[in-house]
Amino acid sequence: MSERENIFNRIREALTVEAHSHNGTGLPTTAEHRGVMPPVGASEDERFALFAKNASDLKATFKLVKDAGELTAELRALRDTEKWQRVATHKSPLAQTHAIGLGLPTLVTDDGYDKHDMEQCDVGISVCDALIAQTGTVLVTSRNSGGRALSCLPPHHVVIARREQLVADLPAAFAMVKKIYSANYPSMISFITGPSRTGDIERILVLGAHGPKKLTIFCL
Amino acid sequence: MSAPATHFNEDARRVAPDTRHRGIIQTAMGKYEVVRDQRKLLFQDWQGARNLAARTKFEAVNHLDTHLAEFARNIEARGTKVHWASNAEQARNIILGILRDKQAKVIVKSKAMTSEEIHLNDAMEHAGYEVVESDLGEYIVQLRKEPPYHLVFPAMHLTRGEIKDLFQKKLNDAPSDDPEALTMVARRALRKKYLQADVGITGANFAIAETGIISITENEGNARLTAALPKTMITLVGIEKILPRLEDLALFLPMLAVMGTGQALTCYNTMYGGPRQPGEADGPEEYHVVLLDNQRTTLLADAEQRDALGCIRCGACLNVCPIFRNVGGHTYGTVYGGPIGSVITPHLRGLQQWKHLSYASSLCGACTETCPVKIDLHHHLLQNRRNASAPTTGKPSFLQKLAFKIFAPVANKPALWSLTTKLSRIGMKLRGLVNGSAIDPAQAWTKTRDLPPIAKQSFREWWKEQGK
Ligand code: SF4
Repeated sequence: MSERENIFNRIREALTVEAHSHNGTGLPTTAEHRGVMPPVGASEDERFALFAKNASDLKATFKLVKDAGELTAELRALRDTEKWQRVATHKSPLAQTHAIGLGLPTLVTDDGYDKHDMEQCDVGISVCDALIAQTGTVLVTSRNSGGRALSCLPPHHVVIARREQLVADLPAAFAMVKKIYSANYPSMISFITGPSRTGDIERILVLGAHGPKKLTIFCL
Repeated sequence: MSAPATHFNEDARRVAPDTRHRGIIQTAMGKYEVVRDQRKLLFQDWQGARNLAARTKFEAVNHLDTHLAEFARNIEARGTKVHWASNAEQARNIILGILRDKQAKVIVKSKAMTSEEIHLNDAMEHAGYEVVESDLGEYIVQLRKEPPYHLVFPAMHLTRGEIKDLFQKKLNDAPSDDPEALTMVARRALRKKYLQADVGITGANFAIAETGIISITENEGNARLTAALPKTMITLVGIEKILPRLEDLALFLPMLAVMGTGQALTCYNTMYGGPRQPGEADGPEEYHVVLLDNQRTTLLADAEQRDALGCIRCGACLNVCPIFRNVGGHTYGTVYGGPIGSVITPHLRGLQQWKHLSYASSLCGACTETCPVKIDLHHHLLQNRRNASAPTTGKPSFLQKLAFKIFAPVANKPALWSLTTKLSRIGMKLRGLVNGSAIDPAQAWTKTRDLPPIAKQSFREWWKEQGK
């Protein structure tokens, strides 16, 4: 008998004795989830305000920019103050054109890359799948945001989002993921909530433990 | 007394009066409590959320066979290799087999309590591999050759000064005792390892049946790098980590964050469903998921305590436990400490050896009250006490019988009871003369506690007086 069968036999044997729930049965509905979780506000403006507040509490930078021109100017300003030398990005009209516009050596992840090269990059510029107001989260996937490392290896992650990508809450985000990907899930889906952090030394917050020290979100 | 029990008693006796240890833990817990409570208040209905979480886990655990089969089928469909391990040895051998096959040299790991459970690091190091823990807290305790102190905060018992000295000694790199500077030392050291590593090993917080996806929660980004850079990725996960649906995460991720660290959401919640897929830029060529039983089915068979399999390892019950806070994480001598560890260790490793943990509790119930998935922790400790005594002898000992033979008639006759109380008051006074000395009959008690005096007047006496 295979180990798989052994395990299943033990599980089935164990479950012949019934347990009783003190908390009701049946999987909760999305409405039930929403009824207990932190509120998000009804209007789009309230949700943008909530996202902005969450982002600032998380020590991420969130900026609404009115057009591509303003975004270019913002990125150039960052390039100059942080003295970027190399940029990493991926094939996506929004991210790649802006990255190339910086006029720096640019690594594009899509067709494979050397991880040592990416480690040398000062910033990773990517798009995202969604922004989540409830928690100030950026949702990225390996398929849409240039793979697994781009949003995690360089010390600064810049996200370029569009206004209509803001969703209200986590239930809405998971519903969206299911709707878009249920036929074929990407190998990684990441909910990024602020720059990398640790509190492992005396519970004192330090940013940039292993992932990016800075997270900047531009929203067109 | 079993060897683990002796060890527990010795360590508890040493650590409990250590005010330095207590100070460190109180400070850390104090910070945690403030943010945890703020976050809980933001929920519209925290108790309601606990009910929903408990209900979800009830469904998951009580239909484990269906969900587990579904999980394996779905994740295999994306090219993941699923392995099944009945016990620790099988799990170690599966993983060592993969390492051999890949001719690996350097292994990076992100935090996984299951790997502590099967003593994976020892086995890999023994076989000649270089193994690096990448979570900062885990890295620190690994350098100290120590097990993690706490489920969520592995190095919470150490001060920045101790960590500075450790880095100086082991890495020859410790510019100051500033936590930021120390974190950067680790970041630099581990970046090198990430780039060298052939295999990345992670644990998992949840395994989603419906989609065949693993979910990992972390703050540092170390698990993300572990899953991104090495060519081979292995996830070791207990079979009880199943959640039925993807949307269940919408509830569990924030609850885990609130109770684990007092955050609205942990920095990275990442779901992995396979190796690098066609059209993706990077990711491992191979993905292995090792599903571990290791006596979880024994706990499953105990319908009374089955809910303990719903534990999401948030550590909240440890944080509120007066015993944990006084004796510390290492005293338990178990992988899983605190109330949840005291409940499940006897199931995982043998009731007679570990029954003493059922008494590592004041039965205050703080753990049960705090648990986000409503595990009935303190009652399970009582059930373990019952189970530990019942099947072995079935009968109380001679001394117990004698004690009750004397106690029953005294307690049943008011006159006799009142006489005993009066005599005891005199006895108490006499005992006062020898208080704390070797001939003090209450010495076992008074060594660490005060003996409260018997009231000057009993309720009956007081009542009589009032009636006058
Ligand atoms: S038993 Fe409950 S409180 Fe304790 S670690 Fe598990 S989920 Fe958290």
